[in-house]
Amino acid sequence: MFSGALRTLLSVAAAMLASAPALADPAIVYSVGGKFDGSFNESAYAGVTRFRDETGSAVREFELQRDAQSLQALRNFAGRGHAPVVAIGFNQASSMAEVATQFPNVQFAIVDMVVETPNVASYVFKEHEGAYIAGLLGAMASETGTIGFVGGMDIPIIRRFLCGYRQGAMAADPDVSVLFRMTGDTPAAFADPVRGAELARTQIRSGADVIIQAAGGTGIGVLQAVADANVLGIGTDSNQNGLHPGNVLTSIRKRVDTAVYQSFMDVRNGTFEPGVKVLGLADGGMDWVIDDNNRALITPEMKAAADQASEAISAGTLKVHDIITDGPCPFS
Amino acid sequence: MSTGQLPRWVDLGLIPLINLVAAFFVSGLVVILIGESPVEAVQVLIWGSLGFGEGIGFTLFYATNFIFTGLAVAVAFHAGLFNIGGEGQAYIGGLGVAAACLLLDHIVPWWVTMPFAVAGAALMGAAWAFIPGYLQATRGSHVVITTIMFNFIAASLMVYLLVNVIGEAGSMQPETRTFVEGGRLPFLTDIIPGVDFGTAPVNFSLILALLACIGVWLLIWRTRLGYEIRSYGANPDAAVYAGINPVRTIVITMMISGGLAGMMAINEVMGSQHRLLIEFVTGYGFVGIAVALMGRAHPVGIVLAAILFGMLYQGGAELSFEIPAITRDMIVVIQGLVILFAGALEYMFRPTLVRLFASRRAPAAAAG
Repeated sequence: MFSGALRTLLSVAAAMLASAPALADPAIVYSVGGKFDGSFNESAYAGVTRFRDETGSAVREFELQRDAQSLQALRNFAGRGHAPVVAIGFNQASSMAEVATQFPNVQFAIVDMVVETPNVASYVFKEHEGAYIAGLLGAMASETGTIGFVGGMDIPIIRRFLCGYRQGAMAADPDVSVLFRMTGDTPAAFADPVRGAELARTQIRSGADVIIQAAGGTGIGVLQAVADANVLGIGTDSNQNGLHPGNVLTSIRKRVDTAVYQSFMDVRNGTFEPGVKVLGLADGGMDWVIDDNNRALITPEMKAAADQASEAISAGTLKVHDIITDGPCPFS
Repeated sequence: MSTGQLPRWVDLGLIPLINLVAAFFVSGLVVILIGESPVEAVQVLIWGSLGFGEGIGFTLFYATNFIFTGLAVAVAFHAGLFNIGGEGQAYIGGLGVAAACLLLDHIVPWWVTMPFAVAGAALMGAAWAFIPGYLQATRGSHVVITTIMFNFIAASLMVYLLVNVIGEAGSMQPETRTFVEGGRLPFLTDIIPGVDFGTAPVNFSLILALLACIGVWLLIWRTRLGYEIRSYGANPDAAVYAGINPVRTIVITMMISGGLAGMMAINEVMGSQHRLLIEFVTGYGFVGIAVALMGRAHPVGIVLAAILFGMLYQGGAELSFEIPAITRDMIVVIQGLVILFAGALEYMFRPTLVRLFASRRAPAAAAG
């Protein structure tokens, strides 16, 4: 029995030695939600998986339990020669700025925030552009003229999404009524599917027949309620069309996976470029999905309108209101 | 109660130790279950929390939070009240700290700002605990229910304020501006010569926390108010019969408790983050309950228990970093086991020990 334990111990030690990181394996630090949060971090994890599958290279991962750990985690990875060291989430910005200064020869990348240090690539997304397309499609698909929005925590990033959604909806139908509810005031608001379903049901009772979720894990409940009532939902972050085929109008994807994958590949290929990379509809950083699950729901007119809006936004002729830079939302 | 049946050192030293060993033993079984070596896990845990300057710094940083929230729970405990609203009281306490720092940081050095920040934190925390305390005292609304409700109200209020009122415009993150020098407590690594805590944010608040420990000890065991608090906690009816005003005692105790919890915000807001942001409390208020239980509501015990939980927080982070198979959820399991054994199963080994010591003492008494 004891020798068995000893053998386990030795084999563990051997495994540890064998898996010691080769130089320049990438590393990633997920934000507090954890890598299986069903949306944001999980999208980053999809990028990690894609990189692993394609290159066979190892990737070191760390999931933050609280923001205070970010500095330690980033510095540990940088100090051990991992590159690039990628931080997911705006909460890690100040830690990244500090660590990037300490390790000027290591490449870093951060998603959702800008860090202006010469060795950091910052990936930020124009979520509101994706939301515009969602609002446009939602208002066109609605028969009642009322559409809904269930947000997660009441923070600026979600409000910006709501504003883009309203703008898109009003572009399709100036008389549209947009119902909106935030789930809560703690991060738990992103992980409460029961409440999400409840909020969606309330909106359905008030006449909404298309509801978008911008609420992470809570959104799973929103889409469930929508499917139960046989109306339409819109997914976000990753492709959620397949969750309830026929009841999810489309999904607005935020390609965190592309950002992560790209930063890994850039360092691997020696083409890493620091600086701010703003990803919107124009460069495929945001997109909306048509697949077998929702093809029947998207009419040719809807597709044409969305494509046209997408082109106009990409070309800069159509400006989607950004509450962070442009002030309070003018659409109500 | 059976406190008298055991020598003091057994009650205060041996029983917590046995509980801790039992918790780690079960944790070890869990670690074996997932195919890792428990010996190595313990080594990493201890090395990560105490093995180098920065690790110690982080351990002490977390411990500072736990001392404040642990003391808060302990004070209420002495009056027989179970304040589980430390989370919300600390959150609201952050408002007081931020107000002082935002108003003063450009004008005066940190040691002038600090007393205002401490007062602000304590006042806001106390105010947040006042309502549940008042309702308990006059209406009999149980503080366990009301304080936990107030945690949610605090969360909503803070998000509202940070997003709509005091948050910095044009920022994705709901937070105030970053304080300049006058609103930052010095890091211990900068003020204690010869000590290197690396980048660990352990700061002057630790000294405030230790002062608070002395203050609580004086209050509970050396003042008239403390006597009233303990009397009321031991037997409310007898205390009332003896002329102690129950409403006054409950309200004041809750306010002191809330004030101590509120002061936790100094460590996070003025000591480490240098800005008020959402969700900075992240469970420290709840861990304070375990710390107070484990520390037997005595300041010395609370300091020790706070350091233990600081070690678990810091060592746990290193553990999931060094051994990726031990995920952060595993760390939560280990912390949960410690709380389970030290708090909920506190008296599991007690009857056995009482019997053991009774049998040892009996022959001695017969011989004498």
